Amino acid sequence: MVLTRLIPLWIAIVSGVAILVSAFIRPMESWGENFTDTFNVIAAIASVLGAGSLLKANLAKVSRRDAGWGFALVVLGTFLITLVVGLGKIGVHPSHDFPQADFGGKQESADTPFGWIYEFAMVPLTSTMFALLAFYVASAAFRAFRAKNLEASLLLGTAFVILLGRTFAGVVLTGWLPDWASGLRLENLSVYVMQVFNTAGNRAIIIGIALGVAATSLRILLGVDRSWLGGGER
Amino acid sequence: MDRAHHRLRSPWPWAAILVGCVIGWGQGQRAHADAGVVAGTAAAESILNEHRLPLAAWIVGIGAATTIFVWRARRGRPPTIRRIAALEAVDEAIGRATEMGRPVLFIPGIQDMDNIQTVAGVTMLGRVAKTAAEYDAAVEAPVCRSLVMEAAREAVQASCLAAGRADAYQPDRIHYVTDEQFGYVAYVGGKMMREKPAACFYMGCFFAESLIFSENGNSIGAIQIAGTAESSQLPFFVAACDYTLIGEEFFAASAYLSGEPDQLGTLQAQDSGKVAVMSFIVIGAVVATAGVLMPSAAWLGELGALLRKAMGG
Repeated sequence: MVLTRLIPLWIAIVSGVAILVSAFIRPMESWGENFTDTFNVIAAIASVLGAGSLLKANLAKVSRRDAGWGFALVVLGTFLITLVVGLGKIGVHPSHDFPQADFGGKQESADTPFGWIYEFAMVPLTSTMFALLAFYVASAAFRAFRAKNLEASLLLGTAFVILLGRTFAGVVLTGWLPDWASGLRLENLSVYVMQVFNTAGNRAIIIGIALGVAATSLRILLGVDRSWLGGGER
Repeated sequence: MDRAHHRLRSPWPWAAILVGCVIGWGQGQRAHADAGVVAGTAAAESILNEHRLPLAAWIVGIGAATTIFVWRARRGRPPTIRRIAALEAVDEAIGRATEMGRPVLFIPGIQDMDNIQTVAGVTMLGRVAKTAAEYDAAVEAPVCRSLVMEAAREAVQASCLAAGRADAYQPDRIHYVTDEQFGYVAYVGGKMMREKPAACFYMGCFFAESLIFSENGNSIGAIQIAGTAESSQLPFFVAACDYTLIGEEFFAASAYLSGEPDQLGTLQAQDSGKVAVMSFIVIGAVVATAGVLMPSAAWLGELGALLRKAMGG
């Protein structure tokens, strides 16, 4: 109990208060950075646990021949190859500063095997996943912009104005309006909607979030909410 | 357990915070004086960061309100909290998963434990896991940070114990995938398509992957409940999910579901802060408008500047 609940809670309270106070007292400004560095060191050590979990989960999937076990095999293979190439600094050129050391150079450069894996396997794959977003945006917009009721119709109309106003089509469609009615041109109308209505709504949400963050932080700092430690029930 | 909780509910955390502040203040003053001596200048410059004083005042105000409302709640006057549809639907979603014999998928965002949204997400995972243990439903939580995995396992284990179903806890269901954003997205997307979870929860900090997750969940017909404080991702969740906890609702979720007077008291403090902010906005708008209508009244301009400063502007 003491090791798993009380000590972590007090570490959270002390480090949380120190970071909070360091934001307001000049000589203590570096404290916040020190705690952040400490967190990064702990996270780096914990990555070993993550690697262990990854291996265990995927080995179990392969051995049980679960659905998609072939993908697990690919994960295991690529994980081990990247690990060996990266930790072993395979194919890394000597550094200019230390030419006598064979593995003194940086492994991130594209002409090393590790850099090659990143540049020609990792980047294209992540770009492909990101590109899928365009299709998901289209399908979500199709569902969201159905004029089912008054609110949905207003949303559809506003989206129509913004979409057209952000493209050259908007300029072509309403460019003929005289100067005294230039506020009704789609490109100006979209700017107005974004700067007034959207900003007002967005700021209301952001103020609520800021207060929510403050209240949640206080709940944790005061030990009122301990469910993140697994000890939420009284 | 009870003794530890009793000690934590006592004023000791407050005392620790006070002692920490005093020690920090003293250390800060000494360091500042030393710096002044070294530089050969008097320590005339305040050790306080004056630009952040309004923010400090707000934090002290919210802290004081929290103390008052928690104290009131403990004395048997808990606040009335409005119904939040997304949280009422949690039981329904888990019940549906139980009836269909399919798992519940929980994604606690893609950030680490140093992000308050992830902490709130792990807290929600504990609540969901407790209900799932009571209903005998399986909760799957692939995560993209090792520390989140450990925290999530602790939360789920404690929830299963609290539900009287220690056997329901299976650590392998909460596993690490990768720190890489789109690698994680690919894994979760594939898992959704293969295993077709009946309920999907997205609670935490999300970026571009929010829409990919929620559209995948929509395509497999899962009940989806999302919560995030990333305002840029809220429209995507609102468009694709059945229920969305918007901003502050997400942070209130844990307290709402716990039903504990202490935690409900903090929600009241949060609302009192909102009332204060709204008052400042209304007064500021009136003063600014009056300043435009009466340009000769210089005091209006000074009052406006003071209000801006009080809001941290």
